[in-house]
Amino acid sequence: MAFKQVSSPHGHARQSTGQIMQLVLLATLPGLLVLSYQFGWGLLINILIATTAAISAEALILKLRNRPIEFYLRDYSAVVTAVLLGLALPPLAPWWLVVVATAFSIIIAKQLYGGLGSNPFNPAMVGYVVALISFPIEMTTWVTPVSLLAADVSHPGLLESLAIVFAGNSPVDGVTGATPLDLFKHSDGLLVEQIYQNNSLFSRASFAGVGWEWANMAFLIGGLALLKARIFTWHGPIAMLGTLALMSMLFWDGGSSDSPGSPVMHLFSGASMLGAFFIVTDPVSSTVSNRGRLIYGALIGLLVYVIRAWGSYPDAVAFAVLLGNFAAPFIDNYTVPRTYGHSKSRRATDKEKSE
Amino acid sequence: MISLLTDNTMLAALIALVGLGTLFGGLLGYAAERFKVGSDPIVQQLDDLLPQTQCGQCGFPGCRPYAQSIADGDAINKCPPGGQSTINAIANLLDISAPSLDEEHGEEEMRTIAYIREDECIGCTKCIQACPVDAILGAAKLMHTVIAAECTGCDLCVEPCPVDCIDMLPIVKNIDQWQWPAPPNPLDLIATTASAMQEDAA
Amino acid sequence: MRRIWDAPGGVHPPDNKAQSLTSSIGQLPLPEKLILPLTQHVGAAAKVCVSVGEKVLKGQKLASASASISAAIHAPSSGWITAIEERAVAHPSGMSAPCIEITCDGEDRWIECMGYPDYKQATPPQLRNLIADAGVAGLGGAGFPSAAKLERGTHMPVDTLIINATECEPYITADDILIRERADQIIQGIDIISHLLGTPKTILIGIENNKPEAIAALNHHCQGSGIEVVSFPTKYPSGGEKQLIYILTGKEIPSGHLPADLGIVCLNSSTVFAIKRAVIDGEPLISRITTLAGEACDINRNYEILIGTPVSHLLAQNAFHPELCSRLIMGGPMMGFSLTSSDVPLVKSSTCILAPSHTEIPDDDPVQACIRCGLCAEACPASLLPQQLYWYARADDHERLQAHNLFDCIECGACSYVCPSNIPLVQHYRSSKADIVNARTAKATAAVARERFEFRQVRLEMADTVREAKREARRIVTEKAKITSPTTTQPSGSSAADIIKAAQLRGTARQASPEQQRAKLERTLMAAEMRLKEAQQRLLQATNNASVDQQAQQLASVEAAKRKVEQATQRLTEVSH
Repeated sequence: MAFKQVSSPHGHARQSTGQIMQLVLLATLPGLLVLSYQFGWGLLINILIATTAAISAEALILKLRNRPIEFYLRDYSAVVTAVLLGLALPPLAPWWLVVVATAFSIIIAKQLYGGLGSNPFNPAMVGYVVALISFPIEMTTWVTPVSLLAADVSHPGLLESLAIVFAGNSPVDGVTGATPLDLFKHSDGLLVEQIYQNNSLFSRASFAGVGWEWANMAFLIGGLALLKARIFTWHGPIAMLGTLALMSMLFWDGGSSDSPGSPVMHLFSGASMLGAFFIVTDPVSSTVSNRGRLIYGALIGLLVYVIRAWGSYPDAVAFAVLLGNFAAPFIDNYTVPRTYGHSKSRRATDKEKSE
Repeated sequence: MISLLTDNTMLAALIALVGLGTLFGGLLGYAAERFKVGSDPIVQQLDDLLPQTQCGQCGFPGCRPYAQSIADGDAINKCPPGGQSTINAIANLLDISAPSLDEEHGEEEMRTIAYIREDECIGCTKCIQACPVDAILGAAKLMHTVIAAECTGCDLCVEPCPVDCIDMLPIVKNIDQWQWPAPPNPLDLIATTASAMQEDAA
Repeated sequence: MRRIWDAPGGVHPPDNKAQSLTSSIGQLPLPEKLILPLTQHVGAAAKVCVSVGEKVLKGQKLASASASISAAIHAPSSGWITAIEERAVAHPSGMSAPCIEITCDGEDRWIECMGYPDYKQATPPQLRNLIADAGVAGLGGAGFPSAAKLERGTHMPVDTLIINATECEPYITADDILIRERADQIIQGIDIISHLLGTPKTILIGIENNKPEAIAALNHHCQGSGIEVVSFPTKYPSGGEKQLIYILTGKEIPSGHLPADLGIVCLNSSTVFAIKRAVIDGEPLISRITTLAGEACDINRNYEILIGTPVSHLLAQNAFHPELCSRLIMGGPMMGFSLTSSDVPLVKSSTCILAPSHTEIPDDDPVQACIRCGLCAEACPASLLPQQLYWYARADDHERLQAHNLFDCIECGACSYVCPSNIPLVQHYRSSKADIVNARTAKATAAVARERFEFRQVRLEMADTVREAKREARRIVTEKAKITSPTTTQPSGSSAADIIKAAQLRGTARQASPEQQRAKLERTLMAAEMRLKEAQQRLLQATNNASVDQQAQQLASVEAAKRKVEQATQRLTEVSH
């Protein structure tokens, strides 16, 4: 009687790549809910459009590459890219913007490199940056948080939002406005205190900036849940947030007119938490060792602050992550962990001593 | 002088460029000499990568002459015993793209070893003279035998044998030499499943 | 309480140990035939010392250790040797290897055993010989000959003796049940080893905390003996030798070294039991405890099986349902290997036979792309980067693989176990390791071939020069002869008689003229001197860059040339006088 010849180990832990991706999706839910509450239907519509576009693009390329479509779609990686992109794009952005960004992410940044696992850059961030550079006006128009809307203005309803997104209708005046990071960028010559007093985004905030603080808090919670589930290690996110906090403390400058903002504001504004827990932790394009992730995270944190404070874009997570992706293989070279029985760690390019 | 330069921007630019060129060229030249990495001559490195079967299938009398020829610009895909892995290694060393094996010089085959059917051997010493690595033992009119451990499987002894008593036999793998095969490339696997699935559907 | 170190990595697979612990150690009916492979251990195959047709008694030696790392093999039961030939053995390849087959006579009659209950009187070498003679090899799975291990221990004073009762693999309970039932004998075994090693300062028994009964049994028997029972949290692979040593002592065995280099000896608890039997009862290693587990067998239980029992016999006695069985595994699910046939014998290192059902261990799901999630790196007990190793293995990048310490991988399977993409990482590493070793061997053989080739070139060249010089000398002789005796020139088309005449004439001419003789000798001397000069030059070159053999050869040719010069000079002086 013949039996199968299989290499050990026999049996696997019951966690598949698809399940990991589903957990990540689940963890974005709190953030999505808070953002939707603050900014209306726009984000949900973004995500729906992005998901549809991502799945279609992925299926199309898989078909062209003669790969089983269903098998690959079940790893949910396209959906994760789409959701992250949908969360990052401004609400009520025109539909074509979302489609272009998503298609670019999936087709150029992911499938052309060989599909899941082979892409050197985070696809969602590539899509975001392409959209940001190509369509700066659409990409920098954000919706005003719900609690700051004038008494007679409200966020567009579902149908109205769809009309704005698909038919290009203009939203009512007062529905769109600046973000906290925008404000800091464009408030030269004012003390931090003055900015805080002059603008309702800050004056009516609990601790960082109306709308954004709670959204970031929600992403933080989702991220911590993933950390608890051991989907990723703490090294990347903590290094990034730590460096960002450290930098903003160093350059806080007592709140003078040159100050780029307080640590709390930086940690809880823009895409800080989304970036730290959902983008920096993207395993495919990040470094592989824990020591490497510390450096990688810190590099991204540093770049985020540098670009926010002195660059020309108000938020910088996407740029910082892409630059970090560039550096990842180099960091990997120098951060191979010390193996059991070796007195020190080696470099990835070390040559074996000739026998 | 200064005024001449400021008046003639063309001249100033020219001088600046030539000056910079000279400066950096000199620097680079100095660095190339000063920090020269001492390494084996390229022929030696190439020879190290060749399988040393000395079979002459490449058209050269031995591995070193072929290494010399590669160093002089010959094609790197003429070595069937080394096969694709040797081609890849040489391509890697020379930093060029790896071509596939030139079929004119033979095909990559399983490694073999020469065996002399000793009953039939007439002791002509022709194979001894042909063996490039002195791996055949024997004397005139006495039986010859191959030192299996030294045989490179070059095939050169087979032709001269007047009674055809030399066989090239593949090396038999025993249980100690067995190894786990590399798992199939997942992408290949999926592609075949894809075609299989398409066939099923059709 | 002793400090416990936490080893990096590790996984927590479901331990599945309860099934086989419901009943005590069982005995199997004697099988019809026993098959004993000559290699059941690490090292050289044992040398057969019986012949086909011979009648053997239980415990009689069938094959003896053939090298310092090898182990003897004994008859597990009485009967006749019916074959010594290649048989399918328990090996992942499913290939055959030399085996001895015994057809049992059913009497199970023992050979006379010489025990050594008073082992304290014996010297360490005597004890080691006893253990070697009994063919004891590591019973924990690796099968390293124990006598050789204890031999290594004598090169450096051993201060720590570690008994490995960890048994971290799921399903396996052989050590557990042995300790529960025979802890006293294990302690006796530890005393023997301790005596043999010169009473090490520290004696530790390492055991995972999922075996409370075994821990209690050990504690009960260890009271006041100076042996410390250390239990630690269950985590696979704590039972790896390197991992266990780290957990208990905080020391790492440097890569490429053995525990003995740190003064540590580590033995499996079942091995200790076998050593006790070998020394006190004089019984060689002919049986062991093996766990039978898995849902494809109705009965899950530990058996004291005779070495050489076919797996099929064990399965048949326990209501095995082949149609339910997804694969047949020797060893545990993490490091055990699949058997392609159940007709192979159980050997000294067979800890377990696992016959899982399709629901227990389903077929592997299709492999997905590696997303470098890093779960494998978190699980790796050697702190390697399995995902990087995987990419380099796929690219056949041997240099990078070695830079990432592929050879420190213990193949525990933790990385494959956690991989969400079902990548057979361990198989990749095994294949790459073999490839690298093969490449190294190929390189070494190539170097030898090159040396032989180059040597041959030099030899041929030398032969050529010698021949050339001879030809040259002959040419000069004939030319001189032509000049000095033009009259002897033969007309073309002459008869045989003429030729003979001419030859005779030449001969007389040579003898007649001493001037000519001297001239010839002078020429010989000149040629010899030239050869000497050439040979010396070659020697000089050889001294600079050729191998020792080549130098010796050149030296010899210089000597020969010198002799020739001397001879020529001597004869010349003779003629001149």
